[in-house]
Amino acid sequence: MRHLTEIRWHGRGGQGAKTAALLLADVAFQAGKHVQGFPEYGPERMGAPITAYDRISDNEIRVHSNIYDPDFVAVVDDTLLYSVDVTEGLKPDGGILVNTRKPKEEILPLLKGYPGRVYIIDAHKVSMETLGQYFPNTPMLAAMVKISEVMDIDVFLREMESSLQHKFARKPEVLEGNLKALRLALEEVVQCQ
Amino acid sequence: MSQRTRMSGNEAVAYAIRQVNPDVMPAFPITPSTEIPQFVASMIANGEIDTEFIPVESEHSSMSATMGASAAGVRAITATSSCGLALMWEVLYVAASSRLPIVMAVVNRGLTGPLNINAEHSDSMGARDSGWIQIYAENNQEAYDNFLQAHRIAEHRDVHLPVMICQDGFITSHAVENITLWDDEPIRKFVGEYQPEHYLLKEDEAMAVGPYAVSSYCMEAKKAQAEAMKRAKQVILDVAEEFEAVTGQRYGFFEEYRLEDAEYAVVAIGSVCGTAKDAIDLLREKGIKAGLLKIRVFRPFPGEEIVRALKHCRAIGIMDRAESYSGCGGPLGAEVGAALYREKAAAETVNIMYGLSGRDVRVEDMEDVFDKLQKLAAGEISFPEYVYLGLRE
Repeated sequence: MRHLTEIRWHGRGGQGAKTAALLLADVAFQAGKHVQGFPEYGPERMGAPITAYDRISDNEIRVHSNIYDPDFVAVVDDTLLYSVDVTEGLKPDGGILVNTRKPKEEILPLLKGYPGRVYIIDAHKVSMETLGQYFPNTPMLAAMVKISEVMDIDVFLREMESSLQHKFARKPEVLEGNLKALRLALEEVVQCQ
Repeated sequence: MSQRTRMSGNEAVAYAIRQVNPDVMPAFPITPSTEIPQFVASMIANGEIDTEFIPVESEHSSMSATMGASAAGVRAITATSSCGLALMWEVLYVAASSRLPIVMAVVNRGLTGPLNINAEHSDSMGARDSGWIQIYAENNQEAYDNFLQAHRIAEHRDVHLPVMICQDGFITSHAVENITLWDDEPIRKFVGEYQPEHYLLKEDEAMAVGPYAVSSYCMEAKKAQAEAMKRAKQVILDVAEEFEAVTGQRYGFFEEYRLEDAEYAVVAIGSVCGTAKDAIDLLREKGIKAGLLKIRVFRPFPGEEIVRALKHCRAIGIMDRAESYSGCGGPLGAEVGAALYREKAAAETVNIMYGLSGRDVRVEDMEDVFDKLQKLAAGEISFPEYVYLGLRE
């Protein structure tokens, strides 16, 4: 495992990219890491492109800047591939995770020749099957933990279960759906380059 | 004695408020400080604290209501940012000159325009002459710890002045980071019960707050207020020492990072200091003697102490996150520059304007600053009185 992992999230306002970044920081903290999870704020509104970041480290994190050379990038909405340079600065030995319902043949040409690892996941399918509604951030979170290896998967699932139990104490059905979404996402994420 | 957890800077301040359990909190929401009253309102609704929350119609009213509560004899706090702080302007001066020990969480954000919501120090720097004590934080931990110390400083009988506890909007207020929280009991003991000496609701002591004063008395009142600000210096250090005894966390007027033998130093306030520390470590590995002086207390201004810590440096970059539009730099540049001159320090200096409206500062930007300081010390380049960092050309 790397000593510092930097992750950049691209999403659209309202899709939960910021929440996913903060959840990742939260669960990585539970796994004993030093963390930093933060959104970049602009004139945000529903549907506008937004960026959020995570730093996960074994050591204290002091830097307070955005992330320009991430190890991993998550794209929560594949329409952003047409308008945002999502692989900008992305390390060649890192990877990108794209949430899409399209086949890899349509996604790969949009990544501007990025030479590193490319993963896709149909978070819509995972979310609809497990939660009955479209919440892409839960499957994206699980998929990012898997590809970035920022923590052990069993530790991740255990910590998520405990924090979701707390969060949805009065809604056990939501808890179960979220746990299913996490597990299914771990299976559904595919490496296509 | 403590709990290691993670939370944002706004949550950290709200947690401090929970531990202090102030009597009254009037507030009006404004980005990026809105979460603070929001968290406090939830804590009240959940019965965790019994603070009287007063929703008001503007920041002028929130500071007025805070003043009223404080004058009545209770612990009163509020929170704000940017234009909210600007709307309080008139009342800031009244609160300070009425010698009311109010504590206010300021989440720094630039003043318009262009209209923007991101980190800048123009809001609190604009209020630097309002008579408030100002304490700044690099991260969530410091915002939390500073807030816990604020009441002790404000309420001290040698001080009786309001305190602003400042942190950088979004950069720390909305970033979730590791933090150590102190247990309730030792903190409540440290903060203590508020024992006001003179207050409006004191039955056997009639008093007026904020009355008119004729010219033959006004100047003496202002001098007395200025003296209280001077006395605050010792109180700030004493409270920090007591806080260290409880928590192990050490605070002073400023933090010196690898400054003792530094040839090139940066003086800055707030979250950029963490980024500067990473740059300094990288430069030190290359044998470059870089260091940092991070201002924690800007009011009262510890000029003599700052110069003592910087005097041996060859070149000093003084970084401002607020434009003064004076044509010759920012407020920190002016004050540090004046202090260096008084003490006849020989260092070359340059005032650096950075991070306006949230313009990001990377480790590489700070390395660039130190590179320029080396060239300045070597006489290879010279600068105008002040320069901009990371400006698009």
